[in-house]
Amino acid sequence: MKSIILVFLATATLLVAQDDSFLIRGATVHPVANAEIQNGSVLVRDGKVVGVGRNLAAPKGTRIIEGKGLHVYPGMIDSGTEMGLSEISSTRESVDVGEIGKFDPQLRAEVAINPSSEHIPVTRANGITTVISLPMAAGGEGGGRRGGGGNIIGGQAALVHLDGWTWEEMEIKKSAGMAMHMPTILSGGGRFGGGDLPPDIAARFSFTESKKNYETELRELKEFFEEARRYQKAKAAGEKGFKTDLKFEAMLPVLEGKEPLVVMASRERAIRDAVQFAEQQKVKVIIADPRELGKMGPELKARNIPAILGPTLALPLHEDDPYDSAYALPEQFYKAGVKFAFGTFNNEFSRNLPYQAATAVALGLPYDEALKAVTLNAAQIWGVADKIGSIEEGKWADLMVTDGDPLEAKTNVKQLYIKGKTVDLDNKHKRLYEKYLNRP
Amino acid sequence: MKRVFVSFAFAACLMAAPPIVIQNGTILTVTKGTITGSVLIRDGKIAEVGEKVMVPADAKVIDATGRYVMPGIIDCHSHIAADSINEGSVSVSSMVGIEDVLNPDDIAIYRALAGGVTTANILHGSANSIGGKCTVVKLRWGKDAHDMIFQGALPGIKFALGENPKRAGNPTGQRVGAGNVPARYPATRMGVEDVIREAFTDAKAYQASWKEYNEKVARGEQVLPPRRDLKLEPLVEVLEGKRLLHSHCYRADEILMLLRVADEFGFKVRTLQHVLEGYKVAKEIAEHGAGASTFSDWWAYKLEAFDAIPYNAAIMTRKGVVVSLNSDSAELMRHLNDEAAKTMKYGGLNETEALSLITINPAKQLMIDNRVGSIEAGKDADITIFDKHPLSNFAKVEKVFIDGQLYFDRDSDLAERPTRDIEKKKLVDKEKEQQRRQGPGAQRRPAA
Repeated sequence: MKSIILVFLATATLLVAQDDSFLIRGATVHPVANAEIQNGSVLVRDGKVVGVGRNLAAPKGTRIIEGKGLHVYPGMIDSGTEMGLSEISSTRESVDVGEIGKFDPQLRAEVAINPSSEHIPVTRANGITTVISLPMAAGGEGGGRRGGGGNIIGGQAALVHLDGWTWEEMEIKKSAGMAMHMPTILSGGGRFGGGDLPPDIAARFSFTESKKNYETELRELKEFFEEARRYQKAKAAGEKGFKTDLKFEAMLPVLEGKEPLVVMASRERAIRDAVQFAEQQKVKVIIADPRELGKMGPELKARNIPAILGPTLALPLHEDDPYDSAYALPEQFYKAGVKFAFGTFNNEFSRNLPYQAATAVALGLPYDEALKAVTLNAAQIWGVADKIGSIEEGKWADLMVTDGDPLEAKTNVKQLYIKGKTVDLDNKHKRLYEKYLNRP
Repeated sequence: MKRVFVSFAFAACLMAAPPIVIQNGTILTVTKGTITGSVLIRDGKIAEVGEKVMVPADAKVIDATGRYVMPGIIDCHSHIAADSINEGSVSVSSMVGIEDVLNPDDIAIYRALAGGVTTANILHGSANSIGGKCTVVKLRWGKDAHDMIFQGALPGIKFALGENPKRAGNPTGQRVGAGNVPARYPATRMGVEDVIREAFTDAKAYQASWKEYNEKVARGEQVLPPRRDLKLEPLVEVLEGKRLLHSHCYRADEILMLLRVADEFGFKVRTLQHVLEGYKVAKEIAEHGAGASTFSDWWAYKLEAFDAIPYNAAIMTRKGVVVSLNSDSAELMRHLNDEAAKTMKYGGLNETEALSLITINPAKQLMIDNRVGSIEAGKDADITIFDKHPLSNFAKVEKVFIDGQLYFDRDSDLAERPTRDIEKKKLVDKEKEQQRRQGPGAQRRPAA
């Protein structure tokens, strides 16, 4: 009832006031960067937060949104998806991740994001306002959906808002990171089957063969970086006969330390290799979808290397691991002092991002850390903490208004704002629900 | 290794088996409301449930203050604890059965227990229109295959409709008949219907031949019995209501097709599995009396799942279908309570309705609701204790009882970890030592 009135109010005021300026008042505000404010207000002007606190005065004519009984949080950020790039994961025609070729840094995920994907409204209806869209099969899958012979460098990941008529309008950061698979000895570690490769596939590769393949890939990777550096020097020196090469051109921000490598590394060994590689190449890295931490905690912490943690509701990596090892992994990262955010590495379940965080809390991760891992930490890791990730003055008004704790499944998102603009919470699922609930 | 410890613990409690009182917990009985009180367990059964329960002198008391006590979770669709799942070489494989390949050593059993599951319907796969026979088990980790079987539960059979059974008819994913792999009929949904109708036509004739034979024998005639047909026997059992039919399905058209074939031949579909478009034909499902066992929110992983909605369970519930949430996954199986919680958001089921989806409803679907699925006196003592309300995403399982025996205990699991690590290290070291002695020629995959 209350929400109906609210929606009615919102619609009514739409006609007379600018959509991206308003005052939410009387709500419990969770700025994430600061302590929660009971009976708090958030003042938004031209899509940006201009005030957070109690009893804020709004300029005359400002649209007022009564938030009594409701909670205001920053919109959530999913730090690993294939959003807009994959519609039906098993139908190849609808999938645009995993291009052919080992080194594809020139590929840009952003230009292939379908803004009409059904996944977008479904995902944001649960409070997710921003995602990283990865150009290569998410989650360290061993082969499977990867194109060609399996990418090592898959292309540029895009950081986008889940709202916009075009991918240009969705863009927050066109090249938020360069996606890369750390070469591994082919014993799996991907999500298929919960860890190791299925025995029949694993049996096709002898250890010696896998090791050889791993060493070859590592060498190719190093050579690729060396070539890119030579290109960088040649370009800087204005060498005669210099020719533009789009692959190496795309590597320049990585070599200059402006764009991080997002390195899929499931196992401790791969994480160690990734850290070593970053050290040798003097590049910034983010570890993506690690399935174990092992002894790498101090290394990651000392080098300020953050991680994007994948699903907590996952099977243990090894058969003899504790049953709750995936549930408890975030707490391990937290205790090791490694900064992390959560990613679902998925589309269909991107809406379940908050429950991924909740599971970690059940196993001991402090609640505030879990909330940060789906908001502020993600913004910091992707270098956009000046724009999103918390409710603070000067940031975009990416806000979700809920009737409870967003990390609990039973909680509902009542309103959503991206850059202060009211976002339609309707989606394919709700439409089918209403249609068939009312079938005579 | 883990099993050695756990089974040791079993042996200990088997010998004594004193009554158990779970005291002062919030008891989510599911069928009789929620009370703050206690549960008395005696001889593997729930003897008493109430706010005040008499504590026998020899009882082992478990303090559940601040804890939530619910019936053991039942998963109506699982493939754990089976060595193989799909006999996909033929379109009708009703002669094979999961019972013959149960694997009590599958670690997934322990992991599912740790998620509060006590009973599971172990199904054949979905590679063919008529698959193999299915078995209901209790997750008695540490027992052998035979002792896992839920005695008294009717056996089942798996059917499958849609993309999966027709895939083998089109192995290349191209035009039917293209490529080198020989196609297996059927390759279309039309063919799937035909396979089922052909099989039941044969089954009816087979049933009649036995009827005729038995009548002749009763009249004292000397006749040869019909040749026994192991493929048709289970289908006759379906016709006679002695075997439960569980059918994998997605789209509304194929769901309706199976219901109509069942009407035509006079058998019942006990459960529709996955049934992601069940919400479109909920009325017809309810009229047939089939149960629906679905996912909470899976969608878009295949074309036939593109109209799947998380409101499916709620719509079907509102339209009078007995609905359960299943896992079909060794992972998802470990948090069916989280899945149930989603139906409160998607479709507004209340707490009891949500919990019913993973307890009493799957029990009804498997026709074992007189034994399990709720906390009531007289039922099997299959009980899960959570530290918080099971519909909270912050909850975790602390203890799980099956037949009044403790099969999972988080404290013990945590306490045993250091010992297990030491034992593992010993084994790894031994393996390394062996490899070293055998020399480099004998190099194998490293153990860790």
